[in-house]
Amino acid sequence: MFPVEAILFVMLIITAFAVVRQTNLFAAAMLTGLFSLLSAGLFTLMDAVDVAFTEASVGAGISTILILGTLALTAKEENQQPFRLLPLVVVLITGGALLIGTVDMPAYGDFGAVTNHRIAPDYIAGTASEFEHIPNVVTTVLGSYRGYDTLGETGVIFTASLGVMALLGGRRRRRPADGAPDDSMDDTTGDPADDAAEDSSEDPVTGGPEDAA
Amino acid sequence: MSGRATPPPPGAPMRMYEKAILRVVSRGLTPFILLFALYVQFHGDFGPGGGFQAGVIFAAGVILHGLIFGLEDAQRVFPPRVVEVLLAVGWLLYSGTGVACLLLGGDFLDYDALNPHHPAHGQHLGLLLIEGGVGITVTAAMTTIYYKFAGRGTR
Repeated sequence: MFPVEAILFVMLIITAFAVVRQTNLFAAAMLTGLFSLLSAGLFTLMDAVDVAFTEASVGAGISTILILGTLALTAKEENQQPFRLLPLVVVLITGGALLIGTVDMPAYGDFGAVTNHRIAPDYIAGTASEFEHIPNVVTTVLGSYRGYDTLGETGVIFTASLGVMALLGGRRRRRPADGAPDDSMDDTTGDPADDAAEDSSEDPVTGGPEDAA
Repeated sequence: MSGRATPPPPGAPMRMYEKAILRVVSRGLTPFILLFALYVQFHGDFGPGGGFQAGVIFAAGVILHGLIFGLEDAQRVFPPRVVEVLLAVGWLLYSGTGVACLLLGGDFLDYDALNPHHPAHGQHLGLLLIEGGVGITVTAAMTTIYYKFAGRGTR
């Protein structure tokens, strides 16, 4: 392994421990941003510049800002939790399983790896022949060869922000003060006299004397 | 939005825009962040980047402005109503490109159909459109999430 990558990995591990040990939430948020930035550096060294770009902008940028925005709503310091065994065991088992999983993965940069032989050569050759002015293979794969996936991912982002809007409240709608559940059925008429006029509740706009006649 | 309900207590830290370094640096950086986002957006065919990264960077510029100068100031430039509409517009632009390919006789999201005489140009146009859709949706999504989180503190 090249020394630069080794240094980055060591700093990554140190940062991870620092995040866990840190009780000041502001510092922890900043350290997670640092963690993402170090990851982005590692991705760059692996020639995955698009992934590094995403990691730097999303992990180090937006996520940190969103965590900071959340911090404004909570306390500055983490509450000291008593030591509990079960979470530690769960984390150790999960981490161990992930480590065991990496044993079967091909070595980094292995030319004989399956991913280098199945469809990647087709995409690279196709980008050179079918896309005259687009040298970036990542763009053609994401946008054209895998256009459905990217459409779905955009839909996921769309849905995620819809969820945030639903959870954190959009526009405040006017509710009657008494909050009777019956009033929510016909939300256009919020007056309390609505219940009394229930018998003639055809339509408040068109329902008139001629309708009843 | 009616601003803060109560003025900050005397011992509270200064608002961010009262700090000269933050104010000057953020005001100087924001145009370049937005410009860089546009570069990443339209240069994604040739180098690293694309709609997703561009959208995140553009939203970061908006959010930086909001962090320093307050949520109301950012919402005056990018009103929440507009951002919410853009959220859907981006996805519709993406899927609409696919439907246009269908109507022009190709498969869904088969950009060759956009320019039958020169399929490579059709691919380029299609990629430009869908990257634009991704960029618009991601910008709107990140900005919306920030608005919702930041808006809770001021109520």
